[in-house]
Amino acid sequence: MEPFKSLTGVAAALPMANLDTDQIMPKQYLRGVDRESGLAEGFLHDLRFEAPGRLRPDFILNQAPWTNATILVTGPNYGCGSSREHAVWGMRQLGLRCVIGSSFGGIFADNCARNGVPAIILPLAEVDRLLALAANAATCEMTVDLESQTISTPADSRTLPFEFDPLRRHMLLKGLDAVGLTLESAQDIRKFEQAYLHVQPWLA
Amino acid sequence: MSAPRTLYRRIVDAHTVRSLGEAGQILLYVDRQVLNEYTSPQAFAALHAAGRGVWRPQATIAVVDHVNPTTPERNARTMVIVDAERSLQVSLLAQNCARHGIVLYDMLDANQGIEHIVASEQGLVLPGMVMAAGDSHTTTTTHGAMSALGFGIGSSEIEHLLATQTLVYTIQKSMRVDVRGQLGPGLTAKDLVLALIRQIGADGATGQVIEYTGEAIRALGVEGRLTLSNMSVEAAARGAIVAPDDRLFDYLHGRQRVPKGALWDQAVAAWRNLRSDDDAVFDRSVSLDAGLIAPMVTWGTSPDQGATIDMAVPDPATESDATRKRSAIRALEYMGLQPGQPLDGLAISHAFIGSCTNGRIDDLRDAARVLRGRRVAPGVRALAVPGSTAVRAQAEAEGIAQVFRDAGFEWRQAGCSMCVAMNDDHLVAGDRCASSTNRNFEGRQGPGARTHLMSPAMVAAAAVTGALTDVRRLLPQPGS
Repeated sequence: MEPFKSLTGVAAALPMANLDTDQIMPKQYLRGVDRESGLAEGFLHDLRFEAPGRLRPDFILNQAPWTNATILVTGPNYGCGSSREHAVWGMRQLGLRCVIGSSFGGIFADNCARNGVPAIILPLAEVDRLLALAANAATCEMTVDLESQTISTPADSRTLPFEFDPLRRHMLLKGLDAVGLTLESAQDIRKFEQAYLHVQPWLA
Repeated sequence: MSAPRTLYRRIVDAHTVRSLGEAGQILLYVDRQVLNEYTSPQAFAALHAAGRGVWRPQATIAVVDHVNPTTPERNARTMVIVDAERSLQVSLLAQNCARHGIVLYDMLDANQGIEHIVASEQGLVLPGMVMAAGDSHTTTTTHGAMSALGFGIGSSEIEHLLATQTLVYTIQKSMRVDVRGQLGPGLTAKDLVLALIRQIGADGATGQVIEYTGEAIRALGVEGRLTLSNMSVEAAARGAIVAPDDRLFDYLHGRQRVPKGALWDQAVAAWRNLRSDDDAVFDRSVSLDAGLIAPMVTWGTSPDQGATIDMAVPDPATESDATRKRSAIRALEYMGLQPGQPLDGLAISHAFIGSCTNGRIDDLRDAARVLRGRRVAPGVRALAVPGSTAVRAQAEAEGIAQVFRDAGFEWRQAGCSMCVAMNDDHLVAGDRCASSTNRNFEGRQGPGARTHLMSPAMVAAAAVTGALTDVRRLLPQPGS
């Protein structure tokens, strides 16, 4: 996994509530057997495109400077719905490396963590402030620093601390392979499993 | 004397391999998982690239459910996927299962069906288990009503699970949903869960696992509980559990993968301990009165945008929260609805009965009760897609299939079908569908298609009248 330490870049505002993974990655882009095919095109397809191959000029990610956005500031419950990890793979392909919101779909947030994307949860008032900054081309640059757990916004000279799960932070900072790490505990798992199945033989 | 525990915590504790540091994560042992054709190939590819194997192949089954055709006839000629990419997803699943010794219920298998329905009808998932699968309705699914903890995971976590039989798990908060009273005639678990989601919101159970308690839950059949736990994910729940009782044990007894003989007795004795302690503390409690619930339909594009059938489409102008107001305005535009328009009488073009939420035998029986002696309204296309091949066979045996056919429904083969529209079963822009499914998201049943979620009986009522309708008007009156 690609590590995430600190990122300075353009943030784009997607303020709508409950933007579900069916919208983030519509079903017609779930045809692949890999983590790439068509997913860059599929990401937020109906919001980004007005017709096949024709971008909607009034959508934020189609306008400068947000065509280069690397951070998304979202409305509540972004990524709710389906477990499709394709939603995160597609987002990554567009160069988006960090999402900030007041809440996220739980599976989506887990999927982000497994793809080097911190999903940062902030109080609603702070999200509203960042949404306002991100909506303006003159103020939309920010720095997300996972090491110091802060979001800096030069436009209003604020540095906001945020909470982040320590284990997940460690994995992201180092870009660790979760499977490899767990397999270091293979003996523990085997021991647990034997005892567990021994006392509940109907599960064996 | 240990501290009082919730059922959720009891299950988690029993599956904790070890703690992973101060943040409260654990290494969680997972009993079972089910794979499908579109979220597993990436997991297998990563596993193979790293040269890793499958930890416990017998803990896993695989089904083809999302992309398979549901043509009324089922044979080697009809179960052909013309689309090359989807066909590859199916053949790759077969290859991966063969390579690792995983049982696969492929398109022509008598056990084929929607993963969650197959898992419960086979007895793959048993009380006290932890179950995970690459599909969000695992919460579900089935598994909560089986007194098991079930939740959905992404492909990277599927890989982790295949390789280690564990997940790095964050312990969730606990939420108790107590449902007092009794559901009225014609009301179902679907109405109950839609009412709950409307009450607490589409993110109302974020970071929480629900335990359902109360008189109305005990009175629900196991299949109603399955609907309830299945749909809990639409309130963002990370799991939804009902404590076991004799009704559940009766449901499980004799099923294909359920323990038999002395092992059964031993298991039931252990399962009787699966409950929250009387003095267990929940992080949050919510209560509902089942007696006050009326038939529910959704009017918007989020499952919490629902109303009782006797209500009108709400006016976004009366919504005080700015974000909710914006969502409602956009939803009404997408749905082609006006504020104040009555929901009862809203004309539909399609009716769909099926899905992991409402594709079981009780759901089909509920709908058949309404359809018997009636015909689908002119201009409406109506589809019935049983949740599994076994459910379909049972409905055939009970004569229910004929009721659907006589009413003018297409009686189709099992699969996810028009709930997720990843096969050829989809709507086109502007179609309006009364649907027994779980998501009314924009484009869910096809680009531009409009979905109204409701119970199977309500879908049947809409199908025969050609419009959203209070099903209670079509049922025999109590006492008559």
